[in-house]
Amino acid sequence: MQTAFQRKHLLGIRELSAGEITHLLDTAETFRDVSRREIKKVPALRGRTVINLFFESSTRTRTSFEIAAKRLSADAVNISVSTSSISKGETLLDTARNLEAMAPDCIVVRHSMAGAPAHLARMCNAPIVNAGDGSHEHPTQALLDALTIREHKGRIEGLKVAIIGDILHSRVARSNIHLLTKLGARVSVAGPGTLVPDDFVELVEQGLRVEPSIEDAIEAADVVMILRIQRERQDAAFFPSMREYAVHYGLRAAHLERAAPEAIVMHPGPINRGIEISSEIADGSRSLILDQVTNGVAVRMAVLYLLAGGNPVQDEASV
Amino acid sequence: MKVLVANGYLIDPSQGLNSGKDLLIEDGRIAGVLDRGEPPPKDAEFFDATGLMVAPGLIDLHVHLREPGQEYKETIATGSAAAVAGGWASVCAMPNTDPVNDSPAVTRFIVEEGERAQLANVFPVGALTKGSAGKELAEMGEMKQAGIVAVSDDGKSVPSAGMMRRAMEYARGFDLTVVDHCQDSSLSAGGVMHEGRWSLILGLRGIPASAEEVDAIRDCVLAKQTGGRVHLAHVSTRGAIEAVRRAKEAGLRVTCEVAPHHWTLTDEAVEQYDTNTKMNPPLRSRDHLDAMLDGLEDGTIDAIATDHAPHHADEKALEFDQAPFGITGLETAVGLAFDLVHQGVISLERLVELCSTNPARVFSLENRGTLRKDAWADITILDPEFEWTFDVSRSKSKSRNTPFDGRSFKGAAVATIVAGRVVYLHPDFERIVASKQSKAASG
Repeated sequence: MQTAFQRKHLLGIRELSAGEITHLLDTAETFRDVSRREIKKVPALRGRTVINLFFESSTRTRTSFEIAAKRLSADAVNISVSTSSISKGETLLDTARNLEAMAPDCIVVRHSMAGAPAHLARMCNAPIVNAGDGSHEHPTQALLDALTIREHKGRIEGLKVAIIGDILHSRVARSNIHLLTKLGARVSVAGPGTLVPDDFVELVEQGLRVEPSIEDAIEAADVVMILRIQRERQDAAFFPSMREYAVHYGLRAAHLERAAPEAIVMHPGPINRGIEISSEIADGSRSLILDQVTNGVAVRMAVLYLLAGGNPVQDEASV
Repeated sequence: MKVLVANGYLIDPSQGLNSGKDLLIEDGRIAGVLDRGEPPPKDAEFFDATGLMVAPGLIDLHVHLREPGQEYKETIATGSAAAVAGGWASVCAMPNTDPVNDSPAVTRFIVEEGERAQLANVFPVGALTKGSAGKELAEMGEMKQAGIVAVSDDGKSVPSAGMMRRAMEYARGFDLTVVDHCQDSSLSAGGVMHEGRWSLILGLRGIPASAEEVDAIRDCVLAKQTGGRVHLAHVSTRGAIEAVRRAKEAGLRVTCEVAPHHWTLTDEAVEQYDTNTKMNPPLRSRDHLDAMLDGLEDGTIDAIATDHAPHHADEKALEFDQAPFGITGLETAVGLAFDLVHQGVISLERLVELCSTNPARVFSLENRGTLRKDAWADITILDPEFEWTFDVSRSKSKSRNTPFDGRSFKGAAVATIVAGRVVYLHPDFERIVASKQSKAASG
């Protein structure tokens, strides 16, 4: 049964049903073709305004949202932290209210603090898309990962997915864990003990496995997701050195021999070559890193289309 | 001037009193307990408390009144008004004001402002170290003469075991209780909520239970070494409560308090990133909450204290990470304590013990927390059956930061008397008493 997507905001994957996720993925699939045409534009959001409000630096995600908006014929405006009023002491709320006074049809928010998009959604009228909030969620990343897996494996249900690295600080890991378990995949996580707390087994009702080593997690995996070591978040020392991390937790070709025969490798980017992933793998035939980027545009087109007015159902009560 | 509080039901654990008797007040002091029908002095005024519980005035060991320095959040006058409206005859004001209450001048200012407000008794708590910086002892003796009732660097833990030892040894000489906000900052640094399943789901940095537990255990060890009196503020974890239980079994002078929000809400309440669920210590998980209920029931926990922490709406409108810790609590605490009574966790006598008898003992507040003859006539009149809804827009506090707006309660303080003066009367007091009278007449 197909469930339409009737939410006002996209704040995370945790609150979505499997039906809603599937609907988002199916919609994204229909938009994938647009990017393959010579004229990469449809009029779906003509006359609509999308604001990309980025309080944290990002090239990939911001560009992806911008391209997605433009391919839907929306007017996209980018505001980044360096040019925003925040540096003048304005609060998040005041910034958002001022932007809202200019009647945007959707505000895409990236913020270094968990819950900031939820905070805006509560206080503003415009639809809010979470483009990554602190260590909380990054829903469009999980959707584009799922779209990539579906493209190559034909399904998500029943797959074994290993997620390796800094799970504690990763919004990508959280959104992926929610999405993959909702769609019936089995998820294992592994990384240094300081970055993979045992409490993670309780993160989702379906449960997930916290494995003692990267080798255990990868055993028979159909999908291996490598997380970026976020040097900017390493304000406290969670491991002794990048060198030691690379030796013990970096993905190398030998690891993949334990995985399922047709296993695929993914990474949300940008990659630290030679640290969490060897170049040999990143550039190898199993790597789908660039497919992920391509699918990112399709997923964001679907999200903007469904939230910014392409879908006329905007019932406040259904939020 | 004489007043007879008549037809009520006296509950005073300090003298094992729990029966229908009348209470005579004279010149701000308790003049005696009269049997029903015993003729009062002819010149006594009559205060009808038919069907109501008459308890010694409630004492809140832990409030933040923000004055001096942060009057936009609260003043001693507005905080006192909220206190008496919530049934608290006395409040102990934490020293983390601006400037910090680490000198007799600030202490005297707080005492004088409290007296000027003419509402609750305002007892200042002095800083334990100068500027609460954790480095040098503050002038406890001087501040005691000016009116402090305890010492604390509340808001943060005493940073080292060595400093805590010195403080406990030194405070002994002035019979001052050392109050500690147990939280090892090397474990809690950067945390904004309880560390556990919900902090992982929400991607917020956690404050592990162990941060409180290791300091609580440290303080108990030092209480043994020094023989000093230590009171653990707003304990929130199973491990801290267990540490206090063992310390008491060993005969150490260790006491503790809990705050109502910690037995009412769990960390799941943070789910929507509502900054009115952000406080320090944070809302804990169910297991810790259960341990607290056990401690309330079995006597391990000495006192209920609000940790009333007013903040301006603009501050609480920031991102969860940025918003300050704390919620108001003076007007909702008694209602939340009555939840415990109605759930069968504690008796009415125990409620009075937790909110009055024991707090007076913990800070050695003489002639408070009791209805004995010659004690101060501080009295809180309670109606365990009164049903009401908290409307924060009508709060007496200057701030509005509470997670309990719109919550329904059964049980309230309906009158507060301080030194014989009625400083708070519930707007519906007459109606409440009238309905009790007609019930008594028909029963």
